[in-house]
Amino acid sequence: MVAPAFEYVAAENYDEAVRLLAAGGDEAKVLAGGQSLVPMLNLRLAHPELLIDINTADDRQPSVAGGMLRLPALTRHRVLIEHDLVRRHCPLLAHAVQHVGNVRVRNRGTVGGSLAHADPTSEIGSCALASSADVVVRGPHGDRTVPASELFVSYWTTSLGASEIVTDVLIPVSRPRQGWSFHEMVRRTSDFAIVAVAAMVELNERADTIAATRVALAGVADRVTLVGQELLIGLAGSTADEASADAAAARIGASLEPPADVHASGEYRRRLVRVLTARALREAYARAAGAAA
Amino acid sequence: MKARQIVLKVNGSDHEVWVLPSDTLLDVLHDELGMADVRYGCGEGVCGTCTVLLDSELVNGCLALAVQAAGHQVTTLRGLMRTGDAMHPLQECFLRRGASQCGFCTPGMILTALDLVRRRGRPSREAIRYALVGNLCRCTGYTKILDAIEEYASQAASNGPSEAPS
Repeated sequence: MVAPAFEYVAAENYDEAVRLLAAGGDEAKVLAGGQSLVPMLNLRLAHPELLIDINTADDRQPSVAGGMLRLPALTRHRVLIEHDLVRRHCPLLAHAVQHVGNVRVRNRGTVGGSLAHADPTSEIGSCALASSADVVVRGPHGDRTVPASELFVSYWTTSLGASEIVTDVLIPVSRPRQGWSFHEMVRRTSDFAIVAVAAMVELNERADTIAATRVALAGVADRVTLVGQELLIGLAGSTADEASADAAAARIGASLEPPADVHASGEYRRRLVRVLTARALREAYARAAGAAA
Repeated sequence: MKARQIVLKVNGSDHEVWVLPSDTLLDVLHDELGMADVRYGCGEGVCGTCTVLLDSELVNGCLALAVQAAGHQVTTLRGLMRTGDAMHPLQECFLRRGASQCGFCTPGMILTALDLVRRRGRPSREAIRYALVGNLCRCTGYTKILDAIEEYASQAASNGPSEAPS
């Protein structure tokens, strides 16, 4: 199909993009990598009157300062996979992004665009939740920081204001005694996740049992979902052994009402949550124990 | 909505074209410039038939706007082929292995495979399969495509990097 008619402006910086977005109102959309927005245009699922291209607004690279990995919003998926700083400081994200789209999509798609798109099956969104990421957004009144856990509202909907643009993603750098795991079920590589699980485990100071756990899920609700700590509390003091990991995964599965669609029933998704979460917890523990050894 | 004039640098030549903001790079390369090796398949970025290089990065022509490509180097399959009648070694592998049936997916397959070999040297069969997930062959001749790319990668590895695209 052919995209509907729209106007196009390439913003020279984020301030200009915010001004254009504020002036354009509901009819304006921000164009980042375009790997979700342009298909929606081509399929006529979106009808903006103005596209504000931010590809010309920013050429920064990932950096580390003050214990945080800073990913400029336009960091391409390929860079997330290949960049030394990302691989070292957020291996969960570097690994998970390999599941996103195909090579051409990963060459253009961006971390900020993916988070702002807020697809409920998003690998990047679930990793942002599991790794306690913050999103820096710029609006007409300046910058503010939004925890990823407060970003996602519903299907393709975030808590960002109408004139706000994601400029950076900040992720605490990985610490010793931390381990990660990402598991996803798809029918074909590069498909949207039926269910995906991102897990982070941190061991205690003796590095023999779990001190803290974060688990995020994709494909189980109207948004990527951070699992409540009350469901993970049983893992504290354990070694993510068969019994404790399975029990936590079962509690998480039972807490969900996953949607049914043409790809999978809700019950199948719940089963995937149980299986993949238990697997992810054991693997994250093993990585943490290996890193601490 | 106004048309604007841009200069597209395609395969080393400059083309002055009038485009609408909503024209994709694929629209202009195929419809305006008559480049038959860049093809409309799905319009969603999943089939790979509109593959081109934008500043030496593989992109979907259907998901890039033509105005975004102004001032950048665009390379289609034809731009990678040598002058004259000599075929590219990967084309020879495709022919020898019967990897091209109707041929619709072939330009995207070849560009994607050349990019993979340039980056990875001699990829495993599994790595080739992974790199090609976004290239659909509706004749379903995948096995022979994998065979052809594997053969080319092993040749390229023994011949050195001269076969790699610029």
